[in-house]
Amino acid sequence: MAVETKETDIILKVAEVLIEELKLEDVTPTTFEPDIDLVDEIGIDSMDLATVALVLQDHYGIRFDEDDYPTLTTVRKIALYIAARLES
Amino acid sequence: MKTVSSLLDDEWYARYKRISKLNIRSSIYDVTNRCNLRCKGCFFFSSGEDKAAEEEMRQDRWEAFIDNEKERGVNLAILIGGEPTLYLDRVEAFYRRLPTFCATNGLIKVPRDRFPDLMVGISLWGDENDEKTLRGKDTFAVSSRHYAGDPNTYYLYTITPKQIGKIEKIICKIKDVGVKVHMQLLSNDEGVDGFSWQPEELNDVRFEMDDMLDRYPDTVISCKYYHEVITTGKMLGRPFGWNECPSVTEPLDTRSPQPKRLIHFIRWASDLKTMHRCCTSETRDCRTCKDGAAHMSWVMVNKRAHIRTTKDLQNWIEVYEMFAKLYQFIPW
Repeated sequence: MAVETKETDIILKVAEVLIEELKLEDVTPTTFEPDIDLVDEIGIDSMDLATVALVLQDHYGIRFDEDDYPTLTTVRKIALYIAARLES
Repeated sequence: MKTVSSLLDDEWYARYKRISKLNIRSSIYDVTNRCNLRCKGCFFFSSGEDKAAEEEMRQDRWEAFIDNEKERGVNLAILIGGEPTLYLDRVEAFYRRLPTFCATNGLIKVPRDRFPDLMVGISLWGDENDEKTLRGKDTFAVSSRHYAGDPNTYYLYTITPKQIGKIEKIICKIKDVGVKVHMQLLSNDEGVDGFSWQPEELNDVRFEMDDMLDRYPDTVISCKYYHEVITTGKMLGRPFGWNECPSVTEPLDTRSPQPKRLIHFIRWASDLKTMHRCCTSETRDCRTCKDGAAHMSWVMVNKRAHIRTTKDLQNWIEVYEMFAKLYQFIPW
């Protein structure tokens, strides 16, 4: 299965996974603000992030380093992280 | 989608920002298996945890262990026992390396020239009669002399059912010695007659705890949501218990699905190798556990669940602030 490689597509995928896994309400992948602080504004913690990372790892065939979690504070940052992993 | 800033006004948002990045990572350490009291209802002795492991006696091993804990990401060491002040060198090894809280019965004074700002929590189990019944002596008479006016000390007042209607007297005598107080409820681990909570008693004590907070806000470190959660055993309609408890030692936590929990939390026995199941006794019935820190942590790890209404989020902030004050992450 081909995976998204364009940043905008990855952003939509990350938002979709966040919404599904964390059961976020009143938001869609397209209305999810990519620069909103996931920790400060939505209350996502490292357990949530680990759950989301597992799904994204499987989808993209990459590895998330747990030490990097504190830097992955927005949808855009997660998408850029994935894009960098896909390129390397 | 509900967000923090959409639910809070500027004042509450500033309070939220003050705590939102603290990332407290606590673990609990049995400093020793010995104690200079033998209290009825003390989980450590009633459940045989004092015999769970042979105490590590070498100071250099304690120091190396604490260095490893720091490497593991722990940023709050909660020292319990036994009585930690029986081994001040071990307490100092923590204090020099990590933000440290020391629980004590207050019979031995922590020397302030050696530990100028160590947060000390003195256990208190009621009035003179309850103290004598449960602990064999009135510890307040001694501890209040040792710690009067100490800004880095508070009483951890464990309220028993027999204290209902008499809490104010205790709060006042603590206020009079110039120390703060935090309230929690007795879990009657040894089944001492008359010390198990009945539902109507929990209602009454909640009302009384709220009243104390209203009337002595400069002395009582607490919040009403904490009173609600600890007396009802419910948070957002969910009952406390094994499937919800956040304070289970991480490497021993085989629950599935995993609830929200304290990250990297371990409660270590004094051999520095053995891990206890949770922050309190393994023999305790989790459904009736009244451990204060476990209930506070339960709220704290469930932040997202509280981003629901303004009141829910304010409740979460107040509990987090309370915890942060009790462990010196923010000032009183």
